[in-house]
Amino acid sequence: MAILETQELTYTYSVGTPFEKTAVDHVSLKIEEGEMIGVMGHTGSGKSTLIQHFNGLLRPTSGKVLLDGKDIWENKEKIRDVRFRVGLVFQYPEYQIFEETVYRDIAFGPKNMGLDEAEIKRRVYETAHDIGLSEELLERSPFELSGGQKRRVAIAGVMAMEPRVLILDEPTAGLDPAGRDKILDHIRHYHERTKNTILIVSHSMEDIASFADKILVMSRAKLFCYDETVKVFARADEISQIGLDVPQITKVFGELRRRGLDFGKEVFTVGYARDLLLRQLAEREVR
Amino acid sequence: MLRDITIGQYFPGDSIIHRLDPRFKIVMTILYIVMLFTGDNYICLGVGAVYTFGAILLSRIPLKMFLRSVKPLLPFLIITAAINLMFMNSGDVLWQWKFIKITDGGLNTSVFMVIRIVLLIMGSSLLTYTTSPITLTDAIERLLSPLRKIKFPVHELAMMMSIALRFIPTLIEETDKIMSAQKARGAEIDTGSFTTRAKNLISILVPLFISAFRRADELATAMECRCYHGGEGRTRLRQLRSAPRDYTALAVTVLFLAAVIVLGRLF
Repeated sequence: MAILETQELTYTYSVGTPFEKTAVDHVSLKIEEGEMIGVMGHTGSGKSTLIQHFNGLLRPTSGKVLLDGKDIWENKEKIRDVRFRVGLVFQYPEYQIFEETVYRDIAFGPKNMGLDEAEIKRRVYETAHDIGLSEELLERSPFELSGGQKRRVAIAGVMAMEPRVLILDEPTAGLDPAGRDKILDHIRHYHERTKNTILIVSHSMEDIASFADKILVMSRAKLFCYDETVKVFARADEISQIGLDVPQITKVFGELRRRGLDFGKEVFTVGYARDLLLRQLAEREVR
Repeated sequence: MLRDITIGQYFPGDSIIHRLDPRFKIVMTILYIVMLFTGDNYICLGVGAVYTFGAILLSRIPLKMFLRSVKPLLPFLIITAAINLMFMNSGDVLWQWKFIKITDGGLNTSVFMVIRIVLLIMGSSLLTYTTSPITLTDAIERLLSPLRKIKFPVHELAMMMSIALRFIPTLIEETDKIMSAQKARGAEIDTGSFTTRAKNLISILVPLFISAFRRADELATAMECRCYHGGEGRTRLRQLRSAPRDYTALAVTVLFLAAVIVLGRLF
């Protein structure tokens, strides 16, 4: 059974005013447990609105969101539990930090869950380790930290609730390449350790190609496609038609194919491209 | 939810009232208030009502909007009416219970007061409905400019007002975002007991203040980068120019005021 499912999910902003706008239009999809999913789409394509439905921050105008097969809005009082099971990290999450110490800020979510002190402590230390924050940082004020560190504190704050589905809205926006790689690496390790489902919204095709098992593409409030990474990037032409891009290396190999050099495989990452080329070269030398 | 709050309540349009010079509109609003408060009989109030509804018709803004503007002040209206009813003891007693006496004089006064206040709210709403906050600030700056002679920081005050107005929507959006983020971490903001809600308010206020200070800092730098150095020698994009219609409108207002004063004396 899918862990998260939407059925004909539709959301309209400002119903009944001149500003009425449908941000999510009849979206039906199924997310299986343990998947790592990249979410792509233009600004205003509805992807941020969509992910806010997954943890019940927004209530669908029509349609359903199912978590473990149960409608999350079935019992309105229980919506808070949904937020503990589906963790959502917003864009620029460092602006939500408010506590005096890093430890206390990470502990905010677990505390709201009503966990006991020992469990909270375990979770804070574990997530701090997962996201690469050293222990001596935990007693510092979060406002003294660097931008990248603050970002990681904020992500840890959601991870510490140990949600079964973790959704990150552009976790690397505005960071330098080193900070970006670091965060993605930590998220990947966290995924390997916990086997939790992860959704990452990103504008960087290179990033998405490097981690995603599946890709979800939104365009003009509709679900454009939702499929395995290979299959999505194979539709490079359609994707560029809706104004999105495929990784540069994929473009290079597409052009190579057009000029008669077909490797018979879709290429998304530079590492893979290098291996492929080296192998081909080695084969030719043997000949 | 927060998105739906309107600030400044400006109602874009192109009516004659919209196009009037905002400085004149402010002056006329002041004259209008004087008009409502000098007349102390129903005839004067009737003249005031004609003026109000005439202007509302000209503004082409639905009357519904003006009624809506009265709504938040309803409790105030009720209290005013009640106090007048209970404590004005002139004329015949209509109804009595222990020390509370309701007289026809009291009834008369409270009805009069309610009409007067409703007209006052509707008329002054017309100013904010038909004038964008930014032009309003410009006009206030120009009207207050004589005070500069006594070292009153008119320009600075107007600049502060414009900046505040400009950042209200931004801060609302920001609050919305922070609230969602804390809710995603299980903070109870619109549910839960009063104490948990109050405690969770901190989780919103701290980030909000930090971001407001950060924005202020960035704005100050940006202004300095563009050589802002206060009001002296500063020219403006939107020049306020008075047209014949402004003088006509002012003349009409003065005539109405004169009529009210005369009618007040006669009856």
